[in-house]
Amino acid sequence: MKNPSPIGQHPAPAESARPGTERAPPARKAEKTSSSAVSRRDFLGGAAKSAGVACLAAVALDQFIRTARSTEAKALRPPGAIDEEEFLSACVRCGLCVRACPYDTLHLATLGDSAAIGTPYFVARETPCFMCHDVPCAKACPTGALNAEIPNIRHADMGLAVLVDHETCLNYKGMHCSICYRVCPIRNEAITLEKQTIKGRQMVIPVVHSTKCTGCGHCEKHCVLEEAAIRVLPRPLGQGKAGRNNAGRGLTGHGSLKRGV
Amino acid sequence: MNRKAAVEWLTSDARTYAAERRGWLYAHRFWLARRASQALVLAIFLTGPWLGLWIARGNFASSEILGVLPLADPFIFVQSLAAGHRPILLSLIGVATITAFYFLVGGRVYCSWVCPVNVVTDTAHWLRDKLGLTRDRKLDRRTRLWIIAAAILASFLSGTIAWEFLNPVSTLQRGIIFGIGAGWGIVAAVFMLDLFVTRRGWCSHLCPVGAFYGLIGKHSLVRVSAINRTACTDCGACFKACPEPHVITPALKGTGTHLIVSGDCTNCAACIDSCYIDVFEYGTRLSSRHAAPERFIEPQPAQ
Repeated sequence: MKNPSPIGQHPAPAESARPGTERAPPARKAEKTSSSAVSRRDFLGGAAKSAGVACLAAVALDQFIRTARSTEAKALRPPGAIDEEEFLSACVRCGLCVRACPYDTLHLATLGDSAAIGTPYFVARETPCFMCHDVPCAKACPTGALNAEIPNIRHADMGLAVLVDHETCLNYKGMHCSICYRVCPIRNEAITLEKQTIKGRQMVIPVVHSTKCTGCGHCEKHCVLEEAAIRVLPRPLGQGKAGRNNAGRGLTGHGSLKRGV
Repeated sequence: MNRKAAVEWLTSDARTYAAERRGWLYAHRFWLARRASQALVLAIFLTGPWLGLWIARGNFASSEILGVLPLADPFIFVQSLAAGHRPILLSLIGVATITAFYFLVGGRVYCSWVCPVNVVTDTAHWLRDKLGLTRDRKLDRRTRLWIIAAAILASFLSGTIAWEFLNPVSTLQRGIIFGIGAGWGIVAAVFMLDLFVTRRGWCSHLCPVGAFYGLIGKHSLVRVSAINRTACTDCGACFKACPEPHVITPALKGTGTHLIVSGDCTNCAACIDSCYIDVFEYGTRLSSRHAAPERFIEPQPAQ
């Protein structure tokens, strides 16, 4: 450690730190200090170059976002979430919904989670939505990413329960498990038990009704199997839609079906 | 004595001289205040989840103070608009509050007094000094302005709040408040950038969040003033301590206003701390003593 030198005589500062001197070459400094010295050609050239870089960066960022968003297909959004497309233009990732939830259902995604970084989501198998009647999470949203106006939790469209593998479902094996039916908060509406005869045996089969199911995830959470046979999927993944499949068979040719319009 | 030597070694080069002349605490008074402020702001958000004392909910992107006052980040808001979202009244009030605040106290006061990434980059800069790392890939300071433009354009193209897919600033503070997980990777990247690649690379050259506040705060009221510039001994400590040294020159070496008027200035007061003769102090644009200094000092000889 150097001893303090008397005022005005302490060691010379580093070149870069000397007042009035910049590290940039002199030519550039002149350019900076008097704008009139910049020729129109230089100015336009520089501006065009910078704008080009900004556009490239924007396109790169856009591509990155599209890649990052591919994970979102699986993420379950909080109650009242607006369409995923609009959701990402509105959600500022503040976590007010997370704080409003009395059950610690919601999380903000971090890097590598199944939702875009910082956005709220929940994992039904871990902690499902407990369907608070007054939807506090949606009420807490400051930007409208969650619709605070939904009349009650039954209008919260978080996803749709789907029996993803009936072959492992105990009810399909002739048992009367029905746990998914029994834990459903809107049992007998969102999920019912239907008597069916399958291969000559009487069975009681859980059936999800897509118009009533909110995707709260209690069924998935409580499915007794190691991997749940019933799972909540975001609607676009979990629900079919009537209409013609453009990628499927055409209207003519062998074996084609004419679908009634 | 050993302890004293350790403290001296830990002190950054720019503050050594002031610390020797005026005491370590005095040479770090604003630095300590800034660290305290950064910790306090985070603590306000953490007492809720940790102790159940809900002063503030949310985070710096948007929050609710005492269950009433909404606050919201204006840069995120602009991206959200570009992405096509129609804002609701609550976010408008929040954005207006924050914008007004930064207009008053200086836009980049966020960077130095609130942002937790500032601790990361300051640490990287300090370590850079101590390890003698001089490798410095030059970046243009205006790059951050083009990143603002790119982020807004990308928001428009993708219909999302684009910068939030990358933003180390929100990743870190959201991480501290809500749990960070793999987000450490992004923060570590910023630390490495500042340590090994370029001096003050993140905050002073790339970060669009701070640059956006700089645009807001360009005309803000509270400014650092080189009020005693005639006493300056050209020791260079302020230039070494300042994260944006180019902002000092016009105020310290010019003949016009004593105020540091550049929007790049973060109002961090490192110059006040590191100066051993009180050349600098906080002032406002409204103070005639700071804003119209010629009455108080002798004319400067031509440089």
